[in-house]
This record gives sequence, C-alpha cells and structure tokens, in this order.
Amino acid sequence: MTKVGIIIFPGSNCDRDLAEGLVSTGFSVEFIWHKNIELPNNLDILAIPGGFSFGDYLRCGAIAAKSPITDAVLRFAKGGGYLIGICNGFQVLCETGLLPGALVGNVGLKFICRQESLLVENSNSIFTSKYYFGEKIQIPIAHHDGNYIADTETIAELEGNGRVVFKYLENPNGSINNIAGVLSRNRRVLGMMPHPERAVNKIHKSNDGRSLFLSLLESFR
Amino acid sequence: MSEPCITPEVIESHGLKPNEFKKILELIGRTPTFTELGIFSAMWNEHCSYKSSKKWLRMLYSEGSQVICGPGENAGVVDIGDNQAVVFKMESHNHPSYIEPYQGAATGIGGILRDVFTMGARPIAVMNSLSFGEVKHPKTKQLVNGVVAGIGGYGNCFGVPTVGGETRFHSAYNGNCLVNAFAAGLADKDKIFYSAASGVGMKVVYVGAKTGRDGVGGATMASAEFDEFIEEKRPNVQIGDPFTEKRLMEACQELMATGAIISIQDMGAAGLTCSAVEMGDKGGLGIKLDLNKVPTREPGMSAYEMMLSESQERMLMVLNTGSESKAELIFDKWDLDFSVVGETIEEDRFIIFHNNEVKADLPLKALSGDAPEYDRAWSSTSKPKALEQLPPVNPIEGLKKLIASSNYSSKHWIWEQYDSEVQANTICSSGFPAGVVKVPNTNKALAFTSDVTPRYVKANPKEGGKQAVAEAYRNLTAVGATPLASTDNLNFGNPEKPEIMGQLVEAIQGITEAVKVLNMPIVSGNVSLYNETDGHAILPTPTIGAVGIIHNINNMIKGKVKNEYLAVLVGETVGELGQSALLAEMFDKEDGEVPKVNLEKERKNGEFIRSHTDLIEACTDCSDGGLALAIFEMATESNLGFNLFERDISFIFGEDQGRYLVGCSLDKANKLIDESVKNDVHTEIVGSFIEEKIQIGRYNSSINELTPLYKNSFENSFGK
Repeated sequence: MTKVGIIIFPGSNCDRDLAEGLVSTGFSVEFIWHKNIELPNNLDILAIPGGFSFGDYLRCGAIAAKSPITDAVLRFAKGGGYLIGICNGFQVLCETGLLPGALVGNVGLKFICRQESLLVENSNSIFTSKYYFGEKIQIPIAHHDGNYIADTETIAELEGNGRVVFKYLENPNGSINNIAGVLSRNRRVLGMMPHPERAVNKIHKSNDGRSLFLSLLESFR
Repeated sequence: MSEPCITPEVIESHGLKPNEFKKILELIGRTPTFTELGIFSAMWNEHCSYKSSKKWLRMLYSEGSQVICGPGENAGVVDIGDNQAVVFKMESHNHPSYIEPYQGAATGIGGILRDVFTMGARPIAVMNSLSFGEVKHPKTKQLVNGVVAGIGGYGNCFGVPTVGGETRFHSAYNGNCLVNAFAAGLADKDKIFYSAASGVGMKVVYVGAKTGRDGVGGATMASAEFDEFIEEKRPNVQIGDPFTEKRLMEACQELMATGAIISIQDMGAAGLTCSAVEMGDKGGLGIKLDLNKVPTREPGMSAYEMMLSESQERMLMVLNTGSESKAELIFDKWDLDFSVVGETIEEDRFIIFHNNEVKADLPLKALSGDAPEYDRAWSSTSKPKALEQLPPVNPIEGLKKLIASSNYSSKHWIWEQYDSEVQANTICSSGFPAGVVKVPNTNKALAFTSDVTPRYVKANPKEGGKQAVAEAYRNLTAVGATPLASTDNLNFGNPEKPEIMGQLVEAIQGITEAVKVLNMPIVSGNVSLYNETDGHAILPTPTIGAVGIIHNINNMIKGKVKNEYLAVLVGETVGELGQSALLAEMFDKEDGEVPKVNLEKERKNGEFIRSHTDLIEACTDCSDGGLALAIFEMATESNLGFNLFERDISFIFGEDQGRYLVGCSLDKANKLIDESVKNDVHTEIVGSFIEEKIQIGRYNSSINELTPLYKNSFENSFGK
C-alpha cells in the first residue's frame, strides 16, 4: 500500500482531514511529530497539512521551517522523494526553500474561505495525471496569506516549464498570474493553497480533489 | 509588599454593594484582606454568581431522556446514540468586545471552546450571534470589522469550523454590542470530565499559558453598565492566543485518554479564583494554593493580580496520585506550562499562600454557596403601540428595502472570513437554515442554529422568548434534523430596573414553555446583564442556540430548487405584520402585537416536514421578512427568479409562525399536499421558481437588479 507520512506541527489543523482523504482514496498514512529528527524509512510520499503550524504570528510557516524534522524533510526531497504541501504546508515548503517564491497576505487583507474554481494548467505531473489540461475544477480555499509572489525570472521559469499546475479562474488573493499551485524543478514537490482534502467525498460540495489523490496513487502502482 | 487598605471607595470600585460587604464581614468575622476582597468581588459579581437571575434560571426546563448533564457544569451534555454525546454551550463576551472588538470577540470564542473541551469533548463546530448598533453610528463599522476578524482569527487558527450564526443591527445596540459564541464538541458518553474534585491531599495542577496582568477584574467590569469612561477599561480585556489554545486542547485530550485526570476546570472569568473554588465547592473540599508555583508572564505580580487575572488558555486540574510525571511529559511535548500549585484539603477553606504569607483564608463553600441572591422587583411589559393601517406597498419595493438592508442582505462578507470547512465534515454552513456537520465514522450528522428576534422580545418578552425557541426548532427541522436540546444566552439591560427585570422573567417563562413542548431542554447557558450605556438598554436578546440530530445523512434536506419547481407554503397564514421586518425597514416602525406562537402547531408542522423529507428538495423556515424574503433567498441560492401569486401585503410579508417554505417538483408537491391533508397540516401552493424574472402579483423586476442588491449591500456598508 502506498504510504504517506503526514508531518504534524503543534498548530496543524488539517492533518486529520488530510489523513481521512488519503485513506478514503486508498493510501495508508502515518503521522510524524515535528520534534522527531528522522522519518520512518518506508514512506512513499510526505505531506505537510494545512493549519497554523506555530500560530503564524510571524511569517506563515517560518518557524515550522526551522523545526527539528526539517532536515529530514530536506534530505527526503533531495533524495527524490515526493512531497505535497497544502495551504500552510505550501507556505512551509516555500520557507524551507523546496519551492520558490513566497505567500504573503491576501490583497483584501482578510481571511477567505470559499469554493474556488481552478484551472488545471499541467496535467502531466504525477499529482495531476487524472485531470485534463485546461479542466475547470472546484476546490475550496481557506487562508489569510495565499497571495503567491516571486521575482519576474522565477515566474517566467515556472510558467515556461509547466511548473504552474493550478491557477484560479478568478483571483481571490492577488497571486501573481492567478497562481494557486506550483511544482519544484524536479516536479516531485507540489505546493498548493486550495484544500483538495475538502473536496473528496459525498458530503463535500465538490469531489474534484479526489483526482489529485488518485493521480498520485496511480503513479505508485 | 503590603496591600491597599479596605476603604469604602475600594469596596465600591470592586462592584460590591454595602449590604454585600456587610455579609462578608458576617461570614468571616473580620475585615477581609485586599486579596480576599478581590476574591469576593470576583465570585459575587453578576457574571459569576448570577445573583439577579438565579431565582428564575431554576425555572428553565432542562429535563429529557437525552440529557446526560444539564446546567451547572462547563457545558451541557446530550446523548446522540452509539455511546456518543454532543457537548455544547453558548456564552457572551459583550462588554469586552465593545471595548476591544478583536480581542474581545476572539477570547469569547476561546472561552467557549475551553468550556467544551474541558469536558473531554473535541470541538466540531462554532457559531456566533452578533448584535450591533445602527449602520450609521460612528462605532458600528469598526466593531463589525473587529469582531468578525477576531472570531475568524481565533476559530480559524484553532481549527474548528464556524458553521452558522446571525448578525443584526439596531440603534438599541449603539452603546453595547453583543457577541454570543456557541461551541459544540463530540465525546464518548462514558468519558465525560467534570469539575468536582475528589480525595483529600490530591495535587492541584496548573497547565497551559502563563498568568499575566491581562483581564484583571474583567468579570467585575462585565457586571456593570458603561459610561463615558469606558475606554479606560481597555486593560481589563484579555488577549487571546488560539495557537496556545489548540495545543492546550490536544494536550488535555492526550492526558484525558490516560485516565490521570480526576477533575478539570478551565480558567475563564475570574481565572484562578473561580476555577479553584468551583472544583472545591463541587467536590465538598477545601483548596490550598501556593502562588509562587504559578507560572507568571511578568515578575512582581501580587497575589491579588494572580487570583484575578483572566489570562487565557489556562486550566486547573486535580490529578490522580502518582500521575504528575506522566502529565508533565505530555504538556512538555506541547511546550505548555505545567505546575503543581496546590492540593485539596479536608477543611472548608480556601487558603492562598504567596511569598510565605497567607494572603487569603476564606470559607470556600461560602464563596459560591453564600453568594448574594436577589429577588429583584419586576414589572410586566406593557402592550406595544397598536399597528396602524399601512399605506399601499409595492411588494417589489418592499422586498428591495429588505434585501438591501444591513439586517437582511447576504452576509457572505462575514462568513467567508470564517473557516467553515476545516475538519472536512461540514455538510452545510452559513446561508442554510442550520449548519450541519457529519459525525466522523458514522452516518449521522448534527445540526446547529442560533436564533432570537429581539424586537419581538421587546414588544412581548414571553411570546418573544417562545418565538426564539420556535425559530430554532424550525431551522433545525428545515435541514431535516430532529431537535435535541438547547442552550440559552440571556442578554439584558440593568436588572435593578423593574422593567428590565420583567423582560428577563417573562422571556424565561416563554423559553421554558417552548422548550418543554418542543422537547428541546436547556442544558447550559449564560446570562449577561447590565448591557446599558448611559441608561439606554439593549433590546432584550435571549439567544437560543440549538442542536439537532440527523440520524441518516441521506435523509437530510439540502437540495436546491430548479426551474419550474413549485413553492409550497406549509403552515397557516393570517398575515401578522406587527413588529415585522417590513414595518421596521420600510416604515421605521416597531408597532403592533408580535406574531403568536402556537407550540402545538409548531410541533405538528415540524414533525410533518421531518417525516416527509423524501418529498422535499429545498426547505426554509419563514421568519423575518415572511414569505417574500424566504422565496427570494431560496430562488437566489439557485440563481433563479420566482413568481409569487397575487396576495395581500400581509400575506407576503407577514411573519406568522410555524411556517416553512418548501421547493419541489409538481409531482412531489402534489404528494406533499395529499399527505398534509391526511396529517391535518395546512399547505398551499404560493408560487413557482422561474428563470426569467422576479414576479410578485402584478409587479415584477429582474434577477439582475435584485441579486446584486442582496449580495453587495453588506460589503458596500462595511467592507470599504
């Protein structure tokens, strides 16, 4: 069974949701406390869930990026491991340097929680193979700091190499080029602000997040 | 360090009346120390002692086979089957929110969450009921922005979905806004934790955040009227830290699972004082505390300050002997303070040591048991001014007036600032009659609503009290939930005035009558009095928070209407325009009798809806704004228009109780009407849903004109 390690910071609050979403699509999961310095050695994928890792009173994700577990996460990524960071997890990945750019306060300076339409900009990644290019999907957002910024060259590099995987149809937060999710250079690390784990089962308003988990699952078969 | 002397000014500044101070002298046979005076003021203020309302609160109906724990604990506990329980309560944070809206509202959410997880429950939903002054009042915009950001800031970070609430505006709240926060959690029925200490010589343990000087005297402040010097009270408002609260919840849950905890009590109003006394009093024990062991945020804090601090995110617990080290490890894991600060003693004493001196030595039981209780004079509310004949109303204009008003326009600007979906169990949230959350790993769901119509309560407190319960009953029913139980948050003015006391008494009478007939016992609650500024009282606002259960989520009502669906009105309409939203928003009048609540019919109509969910696609209760607002909201949810057949204005805007608007196909509508005849429930087809326009009788308008009015008005007033 494909196994996902979910890292828990003291203020993570989407860890259980993510675990449920992953289990319901066929993964097994293991929670990893941020004070550990080693990862379990049988992990296929690492996930950093949403929440407020250390309260986010400082820059979101900044303290989490200095947690004891971070060195092990960096080693895992450098060894070619697959990683997904959702919402606060995306912010943490940017702070560790595994993904370029940064997430700053929404342009309206308010927290926004709502269903958002996304466009799939790259269906060739292991995270998005079950979508088709240009597909319009519904996935909710819930964040105060989801405004993605990076310098012009970085944006051009991301856009030019298919590293922007999701874009908002209507920009809710001011992100450059409507960017909602990006890939690392080796395309094995995905960071995204929307919450796919809130769009996986029949009680949710949309099930469009399911294809993301199923894409990932298929690539390990 | 010597303490200030006890002078009449010092006594008065502690909110203690001369007769109350006399009672203290009689109880302890000497002049209290300054710390002791602080402890008495903390325990005997209105907020903690319920001295004006206690006599009447005892009347509240709180029985039923579903009730596991009624009023008196941190929160009420209700059976939901499968050895599970829902734990919930609603509490006000009015005074602090007016003074410092962000922190006041944030700590209101923090306080109610602690009440719930103290009992061993994991929070699954929060709601809020907000009342503000009129839009044009210079303070309103700042209060709305601050309160909403504070609620979101705390709840979003803690990780609990905000699934519902209500927001109203009225000039009576210009000087006192209301922030009522509701929280609910899930626990195993046999793993509920209570506050009663047991066993002599057991360690009393302090956990959570450090104690600072914030909030000293907060509960006393919340028990007084406001005046022009209110800004000076800002230091009395506590500061919230949701990140610490989240860790505290996780650590408590871990410790609870080990069986180490005998009793637990959160430090809320009047902090260390109130929590320690509560545990001792309920357990019939005394308590000895050494304040040098209390983790403090700043040096040089006095015993008085430590005993009265309302620093947030703190808990007191009594642990089983020998489990301290196990407990300490857990709190260390979550980077929280942990300290043994005292022990239980056999004698009925509350002894406080600081720097090797006894700072207080009081009879513990007397602190809560002998708190003053008043049988305050009250007078019945007089009849409201009769309703005059209204000039002719164009119903489209009437509807426009409502949907563009701050009271009835869409509040998505507010609720989008709240995370309504964290935990991924939310089925529906704000914008629906009730918030619905799935119970993990089951096919059940719980529904939540909070309701009150203050202008009804003002005009007729008893009927208004009944109506608040009836509306909650209907909102739960409208999503297909069976009402289980409720919590009340009674917000009133100065109870020393007989007319205000009368509002409180009669509202309680109405609530009791309604919860009895509708089987929604009150299992927890809170009273907030002295909501007055310069002698002007708020509208009496007894908020009802209610919980219902959906045994099988496949049977819930959450559908939307489609083109050509019919609009079926369930329940009888006489056309009650007295105290209606139309009257208030269009004519600026609050006249006439309130709509009558027929509790038997409420129950019958509710049972009819719940037993025919298979025939009902969409459902909403008819309340403020009557049929017109109900059909507009239902149509807008599906981006449709409607055609409401020609009727009197009183039929279209009347606020008759016990009614639901149902949207369904022709085939289902016919079946539903057949069923209603069999069940002796009144139904009638009042219109249909259409694509092209909004039509009421011979008047019409376009969807494109009305929808933006409804969706943008609120943001235009408050967001820019």
